Amino acid sequence: MAEQREFFFRRLHSLLGVVPIGIFLVQHLFINHLAVYGEEKFNAAANFMHELPFVLVLETLVIYLPILFHAILGVYIVFTSRYSTRRYGFFRNWMFAIQRFTGIVLVIFIAWHVFETRVQVGLGNVDVNYSLMEGILSSTPMFWFYVVGVLSAVFHFANGLWSFLVTWGITQTPKSQRVSTYVCLVIFLAVGYLGVRSLIAFAYGV
Amino acid sequence: MAEQSKVTFIITRQDGPDAAPYEETFEVPYRQNMNVISALMEIRQNPVNSKGERTTPVMWDMNCLEEVCGACSMVINGTARQSCAALVDQLEQPIRLEPMSTFPVVRDLIVDRERMFDALKQVKAWIPIDGTHDLGPGPRMPEKKRQWAYELSKCMTCGVCLEACPNVNDSSNFIGPAAISQARLFNAHPTGEMNASDRLNGLMEAGGIDGCGNSQNCVQVCPKGIPLTTSIAAMNRATNIQAFKNFFGSDTAL
Repeated sequence: MAEQREFFFRRLHSLLGVVPIGIFLVQHLFINHLAVYGEEKFNAAANFMHELPFVLVLETLVIYLPILFHAILGVYIVFTSRYSTRRYGFFRNWMFAIQRFTGIVLVIFIAWHVFETRVQVGLGNVDVNYSLMEGILSSTPMFWFYVVGVLSAVFHFANGLWSFLVTWGITQTPKSQRVSTYVCLVIFLAVGYLGVRSLIAFAYGV
Repeated sequence: MAEQSKVTFIITRQDGPDAAPYEETFEVPYRQNMNVISALMEIRQNPVNSKGERTTPVMWDMNCLEEVCGACSMVINGTARQSCAALVDQLEQPIRLEPMSTFPVVRDLIVDRERMFDALKQVKAWIPIDGTHDLGPGPRMPEKKRQWAYELSKCMTCGVCLEACPNVNDSSNFIGPAAISQARLFNAHPTGEMNASDRLNGLMEAGGIDGCGNSQNCVQVCPKGIPLTTSIAAMNRATNIQAFKNFFGSDTAL
C-alpha cells in the first residue's frame, strides 16, 4: 500500500481540482457577477460571504488547503513533463500544454489576488466591497492582468474537468470524450463570460 | 523520377551508450518503392557519407520488416514510427533519422527498450497457468469481447507511444501507455481475469497509471491503431474501484 501513495496523491489532486476548488471558482464568479446589477447588490453578497460563521475555518478547509495542495503538486507535475507541441501538434497535446501553462499563471495570479484582497482585509487595511475591486481594476494593466488570470482559471477549470472525467474513468470511449470536450468548451465560455463581465463592471461601471 | 537519382538522409549517430551524438549526411541512390530500411541497407553496403568519406555503417534494429515486431522504431522527420513502413516516396527530403529520445541509445539508431519490458512485469502482463497438474480447459471468452481484446493484442512494444508521450521522460517515472493497455488486455481474458487485482495493484504502484496527463499523443501515433486512451480511461476506472476495494474491504480485493 505504501507504494500506492503517489496514486492516492494524484487522484486527490484531480478530485480537489473540481471539488471543492472548481465549485468554489464558479460560485466566486457568480457572486462577482452581481457587480453587473449594481454596487449594493454586490456589497450585500460580499458581506454575506464575509460574515458566514467560522469563515476562517471554512476558507481554510474549502479554499486554502485544497488550492495549496493542488498548486504544489501541480507545479511538480508541470516541471516533470516534456512539452512536444511542435512535434506532435494534436489538439489534446495543446490542451495538455496550455493546462500546465495556465496552472503556472494561476499560481502567480492567485498569490497576488489573495494578497491584494483577502490578506489586506485580514490585516484590516481594506474592506471587502465593490470599491476595493473598483480601485484595483481601474488601472488598465491590472485590469488586463485580472482578465488573463480569470480566463486562465476558467480554462484550467473547464479543461481540468475534461481530464477529471477521464482520470475517474467516467468518459472512456472516444465519442464520450469528444462530447465532453464540447461540454467543457460551453462551460469555459459561460463561466468565462461571468468572470470577464464582472471585471468590466468593476473597472468601467457598465 | 529519372532525374531524382539520390535520396538525402541526415542521420543522428552515436558511437556508444555514453558517446556524444552527431549528425552525418548520406546520399543513397533512389530505387522505386524503397523504404527507410532499404536505404539503411544501402548505406551498410557502401558506408560513404555525402562528403565522400568512408565511415562506419549506420546501425539500426529490425526484424520482421512488416510492422508487427516493433523493433525498427525510430524518429523519422520528427515523428516516431516504424522505419520498415516508412516509404521514401511519402517522406519529405532530406529525410532525418534519429533514435527515439525516450530510451537510452545503444548505438546510432538502436535504443534499449528494456523499460517497456520492466513495465510489463510491473503490471504482470501474462496469464499464470503453470501448475503441477492439468487444470483442464479455461472458461470461454465471449466473441464480442474477443474482438476488441484482439485489437489490444496487436501491441508490439515498439515504444512509439512512449516516445510521443510528454510524461515519459527522465524526470518522470510514468509507466507509459503500452503497459496500461496490456493490463487491460490480460484483465479482459477469462482466465487472466482471475488475477485482475494483481495487475491493477501493479498499475497503482509508484510510476504507474497516475502519471498519465491525457495529452493523448499515444493514440494518435500508435502504428497499430490501438485505442490506447480508451484503455487508459478503462484502467483509470478499474484502478479507482480497486483502490476503494483495497481501503474499505471487499471479497474480491485481493
